[in-house]
Parts: sequence; C-alpha cells; structure tokens
Amino acid sequence: MTCSRRDFLKEAVGGTLASVLPLSAFTFLSPAEARAAIAESNVRWAFLVDTTKCVGCGLCVNACKNENEIPYDAAVTRTWVERYVVTKDGQTHIDSPMGGRDGFTSMQMGEEEIDPDDIDKAFFVPKLCNQCDNPACVQVCPVGATYQTNDGVVLIDRDWCIGCGYCIMACPYGVRFFHPVHKVADKCNFCYHRISKGMEPACVECCSFGARRLANLKDPDDPVTKIITTERVAVLKDEYGTKPHVFYLGLDANVR
Amino acid sequence: MKWHVLRPLWVAIGLVGAILIAGAFLVPDDFGVHGRNFTYGYYRLSNVQEWKDFPVKYQGRESCAECHEENLQMLNASTHAPVECENCHGPSVNHPDDVESLPLNTARDLCLRCHAFLEYPNSARGSLLSIVDRRHKRRKECSECHNPHDPKEDMR
Repeated sequence: MTCSRRDFLKEAVGGTLASVLPLSAFTFLSPAEARAAIAESNVRWAFLVDTTKCVGCGLCVNACKNENEIPYDAAVTRTWVERYVVTKDGQTHIDSPMGGRDGFTSMQMGEEEIDPDDIDKAFFVPKLCNQCDNPACVQVCPVGATYQTNDGVVLIDRDWCIGCGYCIMACPYGVRFFHPVHKVADKCNFCYHRISKGMEPACVECCSFGARRLANLKDPDDPVTKIITTERVAVLKDEYGTKPHVFYLGLDANVR
Repeated sequence: MKWHVLRPLWVAIGLVGAILIAGAFLVPDDFGVHGRNFTYGYYRLSNVQEWKDFPVKYQGRESCAECHEENLQMLNASTHAPVECENCHGPSVNHPDDVESLPLNTARDLCLRCHAFLEYPNSARGSLLSIVDRRHKRRKECSECHNPHDPKEDMR
C-alpha cells in the first residue's frame, strides 16, 4: 500500500475530526451542576433530642398539632412525649396520655398512683419520625405514595396514597397513623414547609428548654451537627437497620 | 391453536393494553425515579413543592416583635425568656391581617405543664419552680398574681 503525504494528512485530519466531534456532545459540569445532575443535595436533615432537658410540658405536641392541622382531639399525633418511671422493684412504668398533648401535671399514671419513695428515676422522652436512611415504610408502599426526598425527609403524597396502611404496619417506631380527615397515612416530616424556608420545625421553636433541635448533617459548621458527631448519641431500635436520623442524648436503656 | 383457547388470551392482552393506555393518561408526567433509587425515590415530583407550600402557622417571636416590642423586651429580660410567645397566645397564622385577635390561653393548666410539682429525682422538671396544684390558690388563675411576661413581678 502506498500513501502520499497529501493523503496521509487528509486522512489524519479527517480521522481526528471524526473522533473528536462526538466528544463535543459531552458538556463539562461544574461540581455544583454535577451534584444537581445526580440529584444529590447539600442538606441532610436530622434531629437531636436531649432527653435530659425535657420536662414533659407537652408544648411541642400542642404546637405540632396546630401547625400541621392534625385534629386536636383525635388520638393521633405526629410527635409525642413518653413518661418513663422506673421504680425500685425494677419495673418500668410508661405512659403518654393523648401523646402528652396536655403535659404531665400529676404523678398519676393511668390507674396507678406511684409512691415517690419507690421511684428510682423518672424522665420524659419525646418521639417523632426518625426520617430513616433505609425507611421500611417507603419500601412497602405499593403505589409510590411515600418517598424520601433528596434531603433525607420521608414525605407522603396525599393525592397518591390509597390508605392501605402497609406503611403504618411497617414502621418499627409506630410514628405513622391514619389521618382521620384526609383518609391517608400521615406522619412527622420535620415540618418540611418550615425547614425548607429556613425556619425551625414547630416543635423545636416551641420547646423552651432546648430539648429538641434540628440539624443539617451535611453542614459541618452546624452546631447541632457538631453535637451529633462529637458527643455520645444513641438512636432508637438500631437493630432494625433502618438507620434512624433522630439522635438522642441521655437515652436510657429502658426506652423502647 | 383452537379458538376457545385463544379467546381468553385476546381478552387478557386487551386488558393489559387497556391498563397501559389508562396509565399513560392517568399517571402524572412527573411520576418517576427522582431520588437515589427506585426503592426510596419513586414518586410524583410536584408533591415536594406541595409540601413546601403548606401554610406556616407559628411565625416566631421575631414576627411578634414587629409590633409588640416592649412586651418582648420585658419577656427577654425575665426568667421566662425561653418561652415562645405563641405557646400562650396561640399560633399567629396571618395575624394581624386575617386573624385579628389571638386566643390567649390564661388557664392554670397551661402554667401547670411546667410548674406542677412532680417528685421525680434526676429529672429536669425538678429544677423548675413548682407548686402542688391543690394546695396553691386553687380557684385563681396564675396571671392574677404572677405576670407571665415577668414572673418575678407581683401583680397583686
């Protein structure tokens, strides 16, 4: 085979162009654009509950019900406060009348009156949706009505939910309930309408004792994130592998 | 194949086709995988915005301070400083535009949420000033004697 210099240059230029042109279809993305393209957000919402600070006033439950339009006198709530009383005989007494909506104002626990001298320790534990990284409730939804947003919050599509209740059964924490007005599953969403506007969730804002705080885990300068990453925090029911994102300071082994 | 075997097959194929056509019309365009994967991120995208548009009711003390600054100054200087205005005055929603006056809660029960005596050792409740409900001015509202904006002040 012979090849003149002219032909060689022609072929070389043509070949180079032919191989480079398709590459121009690719665009170079800035890191921010790349992150947006793979739908990754710079926010991962999490929550910190300091059980040592909670006094059981129940104003968080009251605020949550008002803020999120949960029927006030229905026995359902997005967040609730549990009272634990551990007595000297080793028994743990737990109650949460109406989710602690009206606070805890007497020593009476349901039917029983516990003698103060018998008490070893007593404390209050606020509970809410854990916004798990592996949410069991989302896995079981047959219609795709509940999902995890890119910032980690699990939401429910009220127009798409058929009210089958699988998710209510699946949640190991019992945070989901059937909304008596909308007839769909409902649960805490960290007040998504507030946190996406830069406000605190209603329960955080109304807590006078700093027992509840919101964190953005992807912001290393967030003071609450610093507490979660540097102090000894615990989560509820770690053994289920749901990777809950509500962290507790001072969590007692009796808390279930 | 014989006709009586094929007939139900056509019906089944027709049904599947009808469901696919109905789905194309009824399922919103923005329904699909938007999150990290199909398991956790299969949803209707516009629902995220719908939740973001949910109305805010608790506006926070900064919005109260726009008009009621002297009340807030008094509160901030008192031991009740961490107590949010809307805990007692109710959520402000669109006050003062739509909602002219807020339902102020002056009930004893509201104060008792924090100030009822519970004999719990090692609980944060123990560090708060507290009363035994049935032994302290049973028939009176707390605010008749104590100013909620500055509990140290004697109102009598």
